[in-house]
Amino acid sequence: MKALDNAVLPATLEVRNLCTSFHTRDGILPAVRDVSLRLQPGRILGLVGESGSGKSVTGFSILGLVDAPGRISSGEILFHGQDLVQLRPSQLRHLQGNRIAMIFQDPMMTLNPVLRIDTQMIEAVRAHNPMSTREARQHACETLASMGIASPEERLRAYPHQLSGGMRQRVAIAIALLHRPDLIIADEPTTALDVTIQAQILGEVQKLVREQGTALIWITHDLSVVAGLADDVAVMYAGRIVEQGSVDAVLDQPLHPYTQGLIDSLPSRNRRGQRLRQIPGMAPDLLSMPVGCAFAERCSRVSSACSEQPQPLEIEPGRSVRCFHPGVAHGQ
Amino acid sequence: MIRVQSLWQRGALDFLRAPMAIVGLLILALVVLAALFAPWITPQNPYDLMQLDVLDARLAPGATSSEGHYTYWLGTDGQGRDLYSAIVYGLRISLLVGVGSALIAAVIGTLIGLVSAYAGGWVDALLMRLVDLLLSFPGILMALMILAWLGKGVGNVVLTLVVLEWAYYARTARGQALVESRREYVEAARGQGISRWRILVGHILPNCLPPLIVIGALQIARAITLEATLSFLGLGVPITEPSLGLLIANGFQFMLGDEYWISVFPGLALLLTIVAINLVGDRLRDVLNPRLQR
Repeated sequence: MKALDNAVLPATLEVRNLCTSFHTRDGILPAVRDVSLRLQPGRILGLVGESGSGKSVTGFSILGLVDAPGRISSGEILFHGQDLVQLRPSQLRHLQGNRIAMIFQDPMMTLNPVLRIDTQMIEAVRAHNPMSTREARQHACETLASMGIASPEERLRAYPHQLSGGMRQRVAIAIALLHRPDLIIADEPTTALDVTIQAQILGEVQKLVREQGTALIWITHDLSVVAGLADDVAVMYAGRIVEQGSVDAVLDQPLHPYTQGLIDSLPSRNRRGQRLRQIPGMAPDLLSMPVGCAFAERCSRVSSACSEQPQPLEIEPGRSVRCFHPGVAHGQ
Repeated sequence: MIRVQSLWQRGALDFLRAPMAIVGLLILALVVLAALFAPWITPQNPYDLMQLDVLDARLAPGATSSEGHYTYWLGTDGQGRDLYSAIVYGLRISLLVGVGSALIAAVIGTLIGLVSAYAGGWVDALLMRLVDLLLSFPGILMALMILAWLGKGVGNVVLTLVVLEWAYYARTARGQALVESRREYVEAARGQGISRWRILVGHILPNCLPPLIVIGALQIARAITLEATLSFLGLGVPITEPSLGLLIANGFQFMLGDEYWISVFPGLALLLTIVAINLVGDRLRDVLNPRLQR
């Protein structure tokens, strides 16, 4: 296997052929299909896709937070070589928040509204580390300070509603960082914030991840965030990863027509005054997916081959595309 | 500088914005203080038979005792008991039964409701059908049946009221816990590796408290009335520990005569207490109602 040849550094996370589906009354809804990812310590992976593409469900699956009616139907999630799918809930809980942490989209919703910040942080510390309340509080305070929060002692005594949106997200990120996890999954954490605060937080997160050697999956729909933050990028469409590789390679020379469409839909300096291109059509209904390529209906390069499911085509180590007609866009 | 103001402080300030609630709170404070300090503010201990004088029986309000020691401002009952003292001591029993049963029922009911929400499946179904069964039964009938079986006594009355009341808390706690458990902070807490039970008690329960507090306040009033009803019917507290309900019952036989005060004054005391609790409870409901939250 080629993937093994390129295993120079041990991977923090290796997802192999992950499938997660939701068993609803209307039928089985395949939210994530055949997703494979590889992430090394200190690397940042941007997981990009539109709403419903399965990027969040991928993140939730890794952390073991998929609830009924959803479940991981097949695949492996190897965290330091240990398959998380096979773990019992108590074993998984030992890793959650401790070795693998999650940052959610809306910090107003993820902080408990009736508990003070210190109560929540001390509990999060003591869930994995049997230290005294005073030590835990001290640790919480230091972690807040490392997230660039001024006068952390005061913030600890506050309730979530007394903090600004950016401050709340910093607190939520500090909670994720409490145990210096090996892997952080961030589910659109800066989407609710304004651009200035977003840039600040991105900078701080990037710095902390590099310093601590944490692997980070940044789930977002915003390609410009990925361009500034991530080392690698995986583009998801209708539950599948259609293209992945280093950020430079994928964003400069997108091979999949969907990735090209995404990039073309962003305003750019070179095409000032022109209309932005849009991808025709709509994302397919997950309940009635075509047998072949899910993007075929909207694709300009469609051919008879596309009525079958394309397999990931490895262009070079770590760079792959799931398309029968990959190639740099023509007509640009 | 952030002013640290807890949700409770904010709620308390909100509470005091309504004049009727302050009136209710003042009356309630007066009633509770009177009950607490009964021995120090009453001229006689109505349970100490040595202090009673049969010659003073059925004296009208304002009459002086036969020995000339003190004035019976609210009159005396059939045994020569000072009604003012009897009412203050009766308040003790009434409040003890009301608050005691409401608290015990709140703890038990909330716990059962949380377990029901936590466990789900057949445990949930079983517990909630039991709740439905209890709530669909007329409370007074149920209480009469239980007390007929257990016999009189303050402890038995409290037990009966707990049996009747826990279901209200259980149903509310379960519903609220189910709503809260779908909130994102629960997901986040799970992502932090906090155990399900800790999440239930440490994160979900505090968010369920507002409606439970409202129910608690109104259930105290309900418990006091129910106890008074049961005592009036002769199945509540024993004659040696008369509550307000029993005092009303004792005076009932004199109602058609001229001695109206023996029933009416304990009745007024009961009314005042219940109204005060309800005023406070209603305001609590307004302040803590999640639909009206800012």
